[in-house]
Amino acid sequence: MSKSSLNLLAATALVGAFALPAFAQTYNLGRAALPEEISAWDIAVEPDGTGLPEGSGDVFTGEDLWVENCAMCHGDFGEGAGAYPVIAGGEGTLRDRRPVKTVGSYWPYLSTVWDYVHRSMPFGNAQILSADDTYAITAYILYSNGLVDDDFVLSRDNFTEVVMPNADGFYVDDRVENEFPLFTAAACMSDCGGERHITRRATDLQSTPEGAVTVFAPDRPTGVAANAAAPEGGEGAAPAAAPAEPVVQEAAAEPAMPALDPALVAAGEGLWRQCRSCHQIGEGARNGTGPALTGIVGHPAGAVDGFRYSGPMQEAGANGLVWDAEHLDAFLADPRGYMPGTRMSFRGLRSAEDRAAMIAYLQSFSQ
Amino acid sequence: MNDMSDDDMQKHEGTSRRDFLRTAGLAAGAAVVGTTASAQEADPLITELQEWASATGEGVDATPYGMPIRFEGDVVRRTVSWLTADPISSINFTPIHALEGTITPQGCAFERHHSGAIELSKDDYRLMITGLVDRPLVFTWDDLQRFPRENHVYFCECAANSGMEWAGAQLNGAQFTHGMIHNMEYTGIPLRVLLEEAGVQPEGQWVFVEGADASSNGRSIPLEKAMDDVLVAFSANGEALRKEHGYPVRLVVPGWEGNMWVKWVRRIGVTHSAVEAREETSKYTDLMPDGRARKWTWAMDAKSVITSPSPQMPIRHGAGPLVITGLAWSGRGAIERVDVSLDGGRNWQTARLGTQGGKYALSRFYLEIEWDGSPMLLQSRAVDDTGYVQPTKDALREIRGLNSVYHNNGIQTWAVYENGAVENVEVES
Repeated sequence: MSKSSLNLLAATALVGAFALPAFAQTYNLGRAALPEEISAWDIAVEPDGTGLPEGSGDVFTGEDLWVENCAMCHGDFGEGAGAYPVIAGGEGTLRDRRPVKTVGSYWPYLSTVWDYVHRSMPFGNAQILSADDTYAITAYILYSNGLVDDDFVLSRDNFTEVVMPNADGFYVDDRVENEFPLFTAAACMSDCGGERHITRRATDLQSTPEGAVTVFAPDRPTGVAANAAAPEGGEGAAPAAAPAEPVVQEAAAEPAMPALDPALVAAGEGLWRQCRSCHQIGEGARNGTGPALTGIVGHPAGAVDGFRYSGPMQEAGANGLVWDAEHLDAFLADPRGYMPGTRMSFRGLRSAEDRAAMIAYLQSFSQ
Repeated sequence: MNDMSDDDMQKHEGTSRRDFLRTAGLAAGAAVVGTTASAQEADPLITELQEWASATGEGVDATPYGMPIRFEGDVVRRTVSWLTADPISSINFTPIHALEGTITPQGCAFERHHSGAIELSKDDYRLMITGLVDRPLVFTWDDLQRFPRENHVYFCECAANSGMEWAGAQLNGAQFTHGMIHNMEYTGIPLRVLLEEAGVQPEGQWVFVEGADASSNGRSIPLEKAMDDVLVAFSANGEALRKEHGYPVRLVVPGWEGNMWVKWVRRIGVTHSAVEAREETSKYTDLMPDGRARKWTWAMDAKSVITSPSPQMPIRHGAGPLVITGLAWSGRGAIERVDVSLDGGRNWQTARLGTQGGKYALSRFYLEIEWDGSPMLLQSRAVDDTGYVQPTKDALREIRGLNSVYHNNGIQTWAVYENGAVENVEVES
């Protein structure tokens, strides 16, 4: 046998050893996944529509679902609430210093919207939306981004016809081609450039959690550049005005609470689903997006320890507002109407019955 | 939902300015707290009988599972509350400034959740392999325990580590600027072994990996990586994973961004193309100055940081011998060298590698100097075994602008003042 054919043989053996899966060892562990198990868990939807189930939904149905399930965090029109993501708008901002990355301005594929809404939303109550619900909410998101008209109906059949505005806005990582040539040159070891001076200082921003740093710089060293201020676009550098001390009313003649109706409390517990992505209640409840609400009934407004309230809420508390049933009822009916400027973006409970149930539920943690 | 948006990354609230500007603290402290050998009076801790040298201490079993002694109570994870909308979908930071060596204890290793840390028992755990395979399979915890397993030390770094520093020095502490990282010894099954068990079909080019939590975080990984070094891991540092790190099973994707290390992993689907899920399109893509964005920026480039001195670890002993130490890592290979500068990057000396980590693992470096008590601008610069030299932040900004959020591996500068205080700064020549 010639030398070259020996080499060929060796090469073939080598390739054979790495060929998969034909030569891979198996252990006969695990069991076959059943079709219904696969359909329960394999819910991913791909850009070409692979994985989309049958179904459809229109913009108006989507709007109702949106208001009920999504608006408390993302705003009625996808404008975002608090620090939660903005869903709509932002067109043409991607080159700005403060780009607004939304479904309309940034997301390249509609499949991503459908897949994410279906698998991960609503926050705190995920994976409850039906296929039709998901088509409808996706249609509403397209509408709120000005991408379809209000009579639009999204379905599996027309899904891949929707082209997202930023579909061509992405390219595959090019760091190795475009950055490595710059960053693999021999490193300079001495006399590399002129004398250095400080241009920015973290302490100008006051954004480090309190208590983390216990030893402090002396007076600002001389020679700090005049531009050593907040990074461009930084906001909120001025500390918020110290919140007014809440006025806690003397509980001299605390009215006796009537015994709670267990059915009403249970109904309130059901409604609580709408609140729990922002509020915690009960033993060990902590502040989140909203304040912890244990003991809120009978408690002064704007006074839960450690929560950063809006100015109006702090003011109301300072002026003596106490969350008794009557005031809670008015607030819950129309939060932003009752207290303009509140950070609570919840749209409110329209039914008086629901409000009574909610108050009973809150009260069950106040006794 | 509610990840750190770009806006949030640069937002801040009033907290510690008045504290910071307080000039007390160190200058006075350094003079008093002289624990050097030059004591003039006998030390009562030596000359007087101490209680602990006479009475007995705690018996065994007082703490069946031990926690650090109470004196170490401040070596904990900390969050930055303005970063995210709520603590359920949020992140905190490893106290790297106060740790030594290279292995991160699980109890203080940073957490990142998208829908909170869930409790999932071994009994309730299932792993499914689906998609373009010959045999879709379901494994229980007990099944997984019967596959051959491997041990490897790897770092896990969030792609957003140092992301708050793109626009300028912002957070004052190595914990906050560089603490979205941990480094553990993992025990797990090569994903390759499980995929071979199911039999990947020729048209399968990717795997899509999902978690069992409510966020169901899913990421697409090229099959080549999946068949190379990805682990389906169940232990870290010798014990079961912690709840917050994905108990009972998480994915380990060596060298690649932490978001891909799917926790509570429940399904691995073999696909022909990338799924382009939310976490690989809307998030974890890097917006460039021209308004387009890089995607699939998986690898974490070489990076380093001096952990002490640093803002949370000021110099308390005055002039004299000083240990400068820090961490270095690369998602492209192993660390080969770390240089340290005392003058903001004009002159460099090569540090000593106390622990030279392997591929995709942390290295620990030391530079012992005689500090003359004058101000310094400390920097460290990692070089990995591909020849990549950690760039300056300005060099990265030159290419990427200010809006790319992720993958900031620029050189960090700490200003050290005469009184030993340390501050996060940026410098120019």
